[in-house]
Amino acid sequence: MYVAVKGGERAIDNAHAWLAEERRGDQAVSELSIEQIRNQLTLAVNRVMAEGSLFDPDLAALAIKQSRGDMIEAIFLMRAYRTTLPRFGYSRPIETANMACDRRVSATFKDVPGGQILGPTFDYTHRLLDFALAAEGEVPEAPTVTAASERIPHVAEFLNQEGLIQTETPSEAVPPDLTREPLELPADRALRLQSLTRGDEGFVLGMAYSTQRGYARNHAFVGELRIGTVDVEMDIPELGFAIDIGEIEVTECETVNQFTGSKTEPPQFTRGYGLVFGQSERKSISMALVDRALRWKELGEDNLGAPAQDEEFVLYHCDNIQATGFLEHIKLPHYVDFQSELELIRKLRREALETVAGQVPNVAEAAE
Amino acid sequence: MSTELTRKDWMSLLAKAPAKSLAWLWEATQLSPDFTWLRAPEIGAAMVRGRMGGTGAPFNLGEMTLTRCSVQLATGEVGHGYVQGRDKDKARVAALVDALLQGPQAEAVQAAVIMPLVAERDKAKTRRATKAAATKVDFFTMVRGED
Repeated sequence: MYVAVKGGERAIDNAHAWLAEERRGDQAVSELSIEQIRNQLTLAVNRVMAEGSLFDPDLAALAIKQSRGDMIEAIFLMRAYRTTLPRFGYSRPIETANMACDRRVSATFKDVPGGQILGPTFDYTHRLLDFALAAEGEVPEAPTVTAASERIPHVAEFLNQEGLIQTETPSEAVPPDLTREPLELPADRALRLQSLTRGDEGFVLGMAYSTQRGYARNHAFVGELRIGTVDVEMDIPELGFAIDIGEIEVTECETVNQFTGSKTEPPQFTRGYGLVFGQSERKSISMALVDRALRWKELGEDNLGAPAQDEEFVLYHCDNIQATGFLEHIKLPHYVDFQSELELIRKLRREALETVAGQVPNVAEAAE
Repeated sequence: MSTELTRKDWMSLLAKAPAKSLAWLWEATQLSPDFTWLRAPEIGAAMVRGRMGGTGAPFNLGEMTLTRCSVQLATGEVGHGYVQGRDKDKARVAALVDALLQGPQAEAVQAAVIMPLVAERDKAKTRRATKAAATKVDFFTMVRGED
């Protein structure tokens, strides 16, 4: 039974007014601007764009401000806004081989053509809190050296030349779109990649980590990781040709996995692929590992029953907006539902006390 | 860069140009041509696609915001603005510039708006590329013990 309850309006209004005040914090402290968030909390902005599935740094910065830094709430705001936008079209697939790379490393080839470019990385920092940042100060301009304006080729191309790696078959097939059709299983790889790239970073990381620990035996090397900007090109019907409609920053990761062959495939290296909006290195590597684990069927591998091989488990649980929506709804009023549960427990207790006097041992386990 | 820019080149440039730079350069031309809206500015999105493994079959990566509009000058030229983001005024200026680049004022508009944007873009790209180049690793091989 559902009973509408009225009477909370004033409490709700007052709660929201207080939320606005708490969001602002101490008024003696200067207010954060959208520009400050976009420029100085860039990686948070990137995560909100990636999981909000909408590339717009200003909007993502606004969402972070509005959500008081609650990332999933910010992602929720992006997703909600996204649904209000008319879809002007689909871009041509971005050409990551033409990326203007800020960073490009390979863990498999030391002397990779184009070089190992570290970029603005946290790697090799000591992870010690830098108290100098607590004080305001000027940051010196980073060193520069003359850059060769060469195209940086994908690492997989080199292995392809020897035929040692499974090749990707270029096609112009129209991929399914989970923002237009509900996600149905079995999902093809295009749908899995779309789902993973907007999936929760923590969830995808956890799934990827499980494959490294042995749940689906896939030992992955990072064949290549690159971060930089690419042009987005789209056909414009009224022009009859394609133009660049913008430029986006993405992180691309390609893993190379040892593969001893299966019933259908010869021994070769296989690939996992990650592509994520913004500078999102951890997410991109995670995505590549999970993509590889989910490919067991098409590569003729055994299903080891590992969670990361279970596309229903992974794809139906990686979306943090679906997850948080269902999870958080249980805090909203369920008075009538609960009333019936109460009645039931009282009845069962009465019956149980009349017959048995046993006790279920309570086995507790400490959390780490 | 040669001055032989195609319409595809300048529209691509305008789409990616920083809104502030375009607004400032447009302002400085002191042009305000008479025009009618063929399509008033509207904000929307485009679904961006990637390729599996960078080279394989396409998949949908996520959307990006986009603003578009179309204008017709009193002199007849039709201009389209397709610009990244949600700036309607940027789309309007881009459409007007596109229209003017097809008419008698093309050379002046190219010199006043397009070439400075090209220079700014190239400068910004070079600045990032030179910083990236400074983080390129130069390996040197250490003598490795045999036992």
